[in-house]
Amino acid sequence: MKLPETIRAAFVIARRDFSATVLSKTFLFFLLGPLFPIGLGFIFGGIGAQVEETAAPATVAVVSSPADFALLQKARHRFEPLGTDRPLVRLQRVDPEPDAAAQRQRLLTSADNPILGVLEGGLFAPKFTGAVTADGRTVQQINLFVEEAVRMRSSLQVPSLPVEVTLTRTSSGSVAFARNLTARAGQTILFVLTILLAGMLLSQLIEEKSNKVIEVLAAAVPVDAIFLGKLFAMLAMSLVGITVWTSAGAAAIAIYAKGGLESLPPPAVGWPAFLFFILLYFSMSYLLIGATFLGIGAQASTVREVQTLSMPVTMSQVLLFGFASLGVGRPDSAAAIGAAVFPLSSPFAMVARAAEEEALWPHVIALVWQVLWVALILKLASAIFRRSVLKSGPSRRWPWQRRQTA
Amino acid sequence: MFAMGERAIAAEARDLVKDFDGKRAVDGVSLTVPEGSITGILGPNGAGKTTTLRMMLGIIDPTSGTRTLLGHDRPLEVAREVGYLPEERGLYPTMPASEAIAFMGALRGLPIAEGRRRALQLLSDRGHEDWAKRPIRTLSKGMAQTVQLLGTIVHRPRLIVLDEPFSGLDALNQEKLEQLIRDQAAAGVTVIFSTHVIAHAERLCERVAIIAEGRAAFEGAVDEARSRLRPIVHLRTRMADGPWRSALPTSAKNVAGEWRFELPEGGPEPLLKALLDSAAGIETLSIERPGLHDAFIAIAGEAAAREMGHSPAEAGSE
Repeated sequence: MKLPETIRAAFVIARRDFSATVLSKTFLFFLLGPLFPIGLGFIFGGIGAQVEETAAPATVAVVSSPADFALLQKARHRFEPLGTDRPLVRLQRVDPEPDAAAQRQRLLTSADNPILGVLEGGLFAPKFTGAVTADGRTVQQINLFVEEAVRMRSSLQVPSLPVEVTLTRTSSGSVAFARNLTARAGQTILFVLTILLAGMLLSQLIEEKSNKVIEVLAAAVPVDAIFLGKLFAMLAMSLVGITVWTSAGAAAIAIYAKGGLESLPPPAVGWPAFLFFILLYFSMSYLLIGATFLGIGAQASTVREVQTLSMPVTMSQVLLFGFASLGVGRPDSAAAIGAAVFPLSSPFAMVARAAEEEALWPHVIALVWQVLWVALILKLASAIFRRSVLKSGPSRRWPWQRRQTA
Repeated sequence: MFAMGERAIAAEARDLVKDFDGKRAVDGVSLTVPEGSITGILGPNGAGKTTTLRMMLGIIDPTSGTRTLLGHDRPLEVAREVGYLPEERGLYPTMPASEAIAFMGALRGLPIAEGRRRALQLLSDRGHEDWAKRPIRTLSKGMAQTVQLLGTIVHRPRLIVLDEPFSGLDALNQEKLEQLIRDQAAAGVTVIFSTHVIAHAERLCERVAIIAEGRAAFEGAVDEARSRLRPIVHLRTRMADGPWRSALPTSAKNVAGEWRFELPEGGPEPLLKALLDSAAGIETLSIERPGLHDAFIAIAGEAAAREMGHSPAEAGSE
């Protein structure tokens, strides 16, 4: 059958699959899908913050004179801005008693006023007793407080000079960090979406095999058209999803982030080109992996078989993703170039490169290379699909099977 | 296009062979379907009917042999002019009936808008307008089958191939389907259908192909199949015995006072003469032409005997 007829038939199948998916109620859940991990992040983040807020900081009892304690408190106050993640230990003054050992023991075991440890001996012979590790946070903080208190008490006080601060929008370090982050985020989004959608494609194929529609299709149009139609319908559907998610994300950033989209550090090729490359590389990655999944799906006749078969493929994809992420932050390294050359990891590697390197010509070469592989894998997977689904086509034998036959 | 006498050939298969995983499913089937005819592919379950049809339609490629469909040796090239109802009916469960019909037309080149219009027309012609918006999953099996059948003809094909179209239908719907097949043939459409129920073929077909164990045991006109068997004589006489008995063939059987036997090679005259000469007292005498069912059993049985490596005579003597 001629190519235009194959494309026409593929379009008929793609249109049916696309409208059946996009116009279904379940597509709304698909669109809302990213809200679930975001929501979970907020919920668990909120719980964590609440735990931090409600948990009182550990207290150290300071057996000292009011003057020494005032200096220690002042020192603690100076270091307080450093304790943003976890608050510094709180200090609580206790009047010295004649029997220091008994007082220490009583303080350490008091249930009414639970404390982490006891600091005694004044500023010049400090001694800390408590249930802590020897070089842990608490001991380090107590040491700092004592040193600072002693410095403040001495007559050699140097007036502290405020540092003059000039703010710039970016620096090489901040840009590199932001681009690294963008590269990893781009790769992760690409990987998760590809695996998710290839899995959906596979489920759809199994459903079609079970409701026997495949026979109706195969009698009317070439198998290549069925294969292409299904693949491109899911691609179109996922591009709808990506467009919705990207628009929603951009709107959220524009509304909630100070300065809107401008406030985000741009990837090396700029945001418009980067988003365009994400779409292109997602399409390439999806076509490569989706075609592989369809080829595999054709071998299976039940969902269970699909799950068994797709597991090693998914694991291989995880390996490829890991391989591609090795080059993030080092775009000229052997790992980054190797991942860009290997067809199945190439889209992941190149999306990271778009975040980190300004040059556009490597993307032109990479896209041509990936298109060639897409064509090759589509052809191969289509042949497997034809032979497996319709039990047709020339029979091929592996070398060991040939020997057995002979 | 090839011609068969005065008529063009709509479909032709020559020595089709199909192997699945080393096992031969179809073994050298040949078939000729004249344009405008109704041709039945008869055979027991598992005989290779569906595989033969799938090869002829280009769904699967034969291991060897050739086929032409409407003059093309690549059947999918004429897919727009062919309608196919597969044995295992397949429709999208959530698709409305009219959309399913239009979609099947679109697969075969009919513009979707025209397909929708024709779908509503086809449903309304049969008094099923209310099915149009109903998803397939809400229809009964018979209703869904009707929808698929309408999807098979919505693009007005020149050739319709129906694989076991009567299975799963009640008597009323079987009658409606027979009428639809007749209507299509009357409109000049070539119809090929497979069945293992011979009565349908006998009522509808001009030609039949009998397939047994992957081989075409017979292919030709229905009359030709029937003429393979000799007419059956039913004879009842007043006299239980007499010289007339020698005129009866040795294979004659007496069942409840009635003699049944194949009409001898010499025709009815010698038999009649013997009966009259010896005053047998003929009560009833009838000579029946064998039905397609008898022909089928005889032909499929011969083929089976050949598979086993015995001739029918040997098989009978054992």
